[in-house]
Amino acid sequence: MSDVPGDLKYSKDHEWVRLEEDGSVTVGVTDHAQAALGDMVFVELPEIGATLAEGDACAVVESVKAASDVYSPLNGEVTEGNQALADAPELVNQDPYGDGWIYRMKLDNEDDLGELMSAEEYLALLEDEA
Amino acid sequence: MGQRTPYYDTHVEAGARMVDFGGWDMPVHYGSQVEEHHAVRNDAGMFDVSHMTVVDLEGERVRAFLSYLLANDVAKLKVQGKALYSCMLTEQGGVIDDLITYFMNESYFRMVVNASTRDKDLAWISRQATAFGVSVTQRAETAMLAVQGPNARTKVAGLLDERGRDTVLALKPFSAALVGSWFVARTGYTGEDGFEIVMPAGQAVEVWARLAEAGVRPCGLGARDTLRLEAGMNLYGTDMDETTTPLESGLAWTVAMQPVERDFIGRAALQAQLDTGVPRKLVGLVLEDRGVLRGHQRVLVEGVGEGEVTGGTFSPTLGASIAFARVPADTGAACQVDIRGKLLNARVVQPPFVRNGKACIEI
Repeated sequence: MSDVPGDLKYSKDHEWVRLEEDGSVTVGVTDHAQAALGDMVFVELPEIGATLAEGDACAVVESVKAASDVYSPLNGEVTEGNQALADAPELVNQDPYGDGWIYRMKLDNEDDLGELMSAEEYLALLEDEA
Repeated sequence: MGQRTPYYDTHVEAGARMVDFGGWDMPVHYGSQVEEHHAVRNDAGMFDVSHMTVVDLEGERVRAFLSYLLANDVAKLKVQGKALYSCMLTEQGGVIDDLITYFMNESYFRMVVNASTRDKDLAWISRQATAFGVSVTQRAETAMLAVQGPNARTKVAGLLDERGRDTVLALKPFSAALVGSWFVARTGYTGEDGFEIVMPAGQAVEVWARLAEAGVRPCGLGARDTLRLEAGMNLYGTDMDETTTPLESGLAWTVAMQPVERDFIGRAALQAQLDTGVPRKLVGLVLEDRGVLRGHQRVLVEGVGEGEVTGGTFSPTLGASIAFARVPADTGAACQVDIRGKLLNARVVQPPFVRNGKACIEI
């Protein structure tokens, strides 16, 4: 069973979002997504300063099996990419909600967070897809 | 629901992620594709390959039939049990399938063909066989298991009685023998030593369990693909098909143009291509920049033209991305690959990339 932490928000495309104290958000792929993709071998990060709209393909996670787009769950501007993934893409598998985060962004409107799914709603989505 | 091999329940119990593969429900991995890959390079792994098709060809003129059907020359098969890798071509020289033929006796040859091409292969073979009075029988009641890796042969031998053990351990590469109800071939699709075993379906699950007990790791289609790519082995439908000739697919070594008297299907087309010059070639690529080569990416060769990646992956053994690409014949030692709009540098190399656990190219 996939790990779905209760304090995060989720998108239907299997990204998670954490609101940080400074008002920015951290984005990664969920435990379910990393398990489905398999062993990560490469992560292409979004460029810092890039303006993203919800649903934009903004990063790529590649496993031995295939390349998969990461879609921005929200509107905003990229402030940081997880450079550790350049040498250790397997962090996405090992710690998807921690060291395997993908990028940080400043939101255009913090209220947009309310559009995302709660952990409960995301769990229900996973059950539906199973 | 797709077709299931005798191992289906075994895969599910072992925690496999099942996928559709040419109409079959097959395991892609059992947890970690990369660990399965390394198990085969360093120890022993087993693959369910029961979806592949075993075809028995019998008749007095079976050798003459195969001499006409295949681009490689069955005259090379002089010793019983010896195997031959060959393409089966259309009249236009396109590859209908790549397959292995085993010499059982003068009136009986066995063929193993791909799963995804089974129906068209059987139709084609049967059509050609009529004129030679050769019977074509698909062996559907069998299971097929590939046990591969430096320790694979010892692990398989451990399941057999003394006589069987002696027989299989004496097998030379690319040879096969009947051992009781098993057909054991020292062949594979990984670049490692090992066996491919055809056995009655009823024995499949128990053999699997005993090999697992002996420490042989179950491996899925994912590892099978990264292993064969590292080993420089083509995949039908990806690296070649009916629109490409073997000469454009890195398979010229499997085409026997000598002796000139031997007529085979596709010969005239290949000769014409040789006469005018083969326009494209299949090469190996190693990506010099960070990223992963994948099928259908555009290849740019400065001053020469364009080509396409046929199949690519991240090589777990080399720690770099590798691929096969079909490029213009004049391509030199370097090219660029368009990966999501960025042009990344790649080196052109002669496969294999890895054989018997060792890198064949410098990274």
